[in-house]
Amino acid sequence: MTTAETATGAQSLVRALEELGVDVVFGIPGGAILPAYDPLFDSERVRHLLVRHEQGAGHAATGYAQATGRVGVCMATSGPGATNLVTPIADAYMDSVPIVAITGQVPSGAIGTDAFQEADICGITMPITKHNFLVQDAAEIPRVLAEAFHLATTGRPGPVLVDIAKDALQTTTTFNWPVQMQLPGYRPFTRPHGKQVREAARLIVDAKKPVLYVGGGVLKARAAGELRVLAELVGSPVVTTLMARGAFPDSHHQHLGMPGMHGAVAAVTALQKADLIIAIGTRFDDRVTGKLSTFAPNATVIHADIDPAEISKNKIADVPIVGDARDVLVELTAAVQAEIAEGRKPDYSSWWRQCEDWRRRYPLGWEPESDGSLAPQHVISRLGAIAGPDAIYVAGVGQHQMWASQFISYEHPHTWINSGGLGTMGFAVPAAMGAKVGCPDKLVWAIDGDGCFQMTNQELTTCAIEGIPIKVAVINNGSLGMVRQWQTLFYGSRYSNTDLKRDRPTYLPDFVKLADAMGCVGLRCESQSDVDATIEKAMSVTDAPVVVDFVVGKDAMVWPMVAAGTSNDDIKVARDTAPDFDYEMGEVTQ
Amino acid sequence: MSRHTLSVLVENKPGVLARVASLFSRRGFNIDSLAVGPTEHPEVSRMTIVVNVDELPLEQVTKQLNKLVNVIKIVELDSEQSVQRELLLVKVKADLTTRSSVLETVQLFRAKVVDVAPDAVTIEATGNADKLDALLRVLEPFGIKELVQSGMVAVSRGSRSITERNTLRPVERTA
Repeated sequence: MTTAETATGAQSLVRALEELGVDVVFGIPGGAILPAYDPLFDSERVRHLLVRHEQGAGHAATGYAQATGRVGVCMATSGPGATNLVTPIADAYMDSVPIVAITGQVPSGAIGTDAFQEADICGITMPITKHNFLVQDAAEIPRVLAEAFHLATTGRPGPVLVDIAKDALQTTTTFNWPVQMQLPGYRPFTRPHGKQVREAARLIVDAKKPVLYVGGGVLKARAAGELRVLAELVGSPVVTTLMARGAFPDSHHQHLGMPGMHGAVAAVTALQKADLIIAIGTRFDDRVTGKLSTFAPNATVIHADIDPAEISKNKIADVPIVGDARDVLVELTAAVQAEIAEGRKPDYSSWWRQCEDWRRRYPLGWEPESDGSLAPQHVISRLGAIAGPDAIYVAGVGQHQMWASQFISYEHPHTWINSGGLGTMGFAVPAAMGAKVGCPDKLVWAIDGDGCFQMTNQELTTCAIEGIPIKVAVINNGSLGMVRQWQTLFYGSRYSNTDLKRDRPTYLPDFVKLADAMGCVGLRCESQSDVDATIEKAMSVTDAPVVVDFVVGKDAMVWPMVAAGTSNDDIKVARDTAPDFDYEMGEVTQ
Repeated sequence: MSRHTLSVLVENKPGVLARVASLFSRRGFNIDSLAVGPTEHPEVSRMTIVVNVDELPLEQVTKQLNKLVNVIKIVELDSEQSVQRELLLVKVKADLTTRSSVLETVQLFRAKVVDVAPDAVTIEATGNADKLDALLRVLEPFGIKELVQSGMVAVSRGSRSITERNTLRPVERTA
């Protein structure tokens, strides 16, 4: 059905959002975007959630998109409203999240005059968006919106910004739908090349020590099911990156865990010693490879990604495959089946003996705090056990994020949401809000640090007012824990500006009172014996957001660790303690 | 490192040059020369970009450029298989004693004089970089007062065109 109706640019914008299936917009009004807020007030299909800071709107859009797979939409006014979106846009760009940011711009006649609240947001976000648009003609609004959503969701997903001059919102035009998109330069490849896929299958059945290295692209392609089919057919070890936690069940016997700087020894080492790496939807990030020149020196690399620019960017691919992760997995499965049908069944049994040995000897774990204080890992581990694998866990950035990636068992895709590439402190609360809005029937736990929490906790007010009952576990160690850990290890334990509590007898602010002030239920837990009961109590509250202040020890460190810039071969399982690989290497490599 | 000439067809829209330039700078690639102008299709502009990079970074430059939504097509032009030209305007000191020598040089390089003053001439020359360098070396002793040079433009030899309609037709989709 085609539509042509007289409308202002602002009405046209809201109509386009409705036609594009948008059910929620996170935003804050202001002068330049004000015309859009008038018709938005009347929309029965688009709910606007008034956040407390535009950064919250951006991360909420990301949380919504990560949880649902649909486009997250945020809206802000010109100038400071728009620049407050810069961090979440950069965050979404690094993690390839489909969000659309709509900003007001000063009237077209005032552009370039340093008008009140004018900022060149297109110029500012050029390097951190997949694409952006400046709209000065009301008639273009529906087409540009359609293009923005198309760009955000297809190919490698990413953020798209649409900046609309105020006069374009006010002008009367005709709203036409559907629209013809005009993107002559945009042709994302999605179907993998058959010859490359067959070559990959041949390498897989010939390999002796393969590892399936799975990245966030598999989740973006909604291909966890297809991944499992391939993984079980091949029978190789699987590792999932920080962005891919949940893409393959943690409980699956083929899963060695997360690779990288704080990855499991078995996952890091399996990649390091592999003779074949099958990389799907991942980008050989420095946090995974460690010192690149020493990464997986003996591995042949099959690299499948939807973005051709990722292939051979860091690690040279022997078999490059450009394509959507789901198509790649399906076709690779068929190609491997064909190899097996011809009698070329791989045998990885001795490789598995070695991987099992690493897994058995170097499991993830933690030591109790030497001063008797509550261990943060215990809190997070119990939270995962009690809230269970159907909950969505959203982390901030730092130690608590790493522990949440390590000590919660992810069984389902899209149950782990975090800021991977940009490492944005303050991500958790607003992203959890967005995830909960997108999945209202799911239990959503934000796991945050006390440093992160103080950056964006104001969105709990939004949650309380709008009826978005998220739960927040503040892992409160009174310091910027990950930075402190680096100071302990690399700066002679000189704790320059990482102590948030200082010498005060009580923590400022009081998170329980703060929660109460924001219309949330506030709880505190300081001892191990109260952890389960406190989590249960938080779970029993369903009509308001809950904040639990878990007061934990400050000396806990994230292990294992590959220090920045060093080789994965130099992974440490505890301070000054390297795994002993020597004795077992002889039996398999030769 | 070696010099590569990229012909980049882009949508003729505001801000496209900024997108390309910003991409080069943020990915850490240096541009030796850049020229932009219209093509026979009004909706398409053509950039000729000369970069000095190794083979692998070149592949990365090309892939990153291709990701820009406004970039339609990229072709690398081989120096042997293409005609490459730059434009030079140079103001050279030329009084009664030296003018005839300067004009002789202009003849020799098939350049031309486009402006004359009592003590200087302005010379216009086109050619590849080597020819223009040679011209400047010869003019140097007379005294160069001012010099301006365009970026390189290039086109492949033979009858084939990189701007043929079928490769440029907008891919139309309906939302």
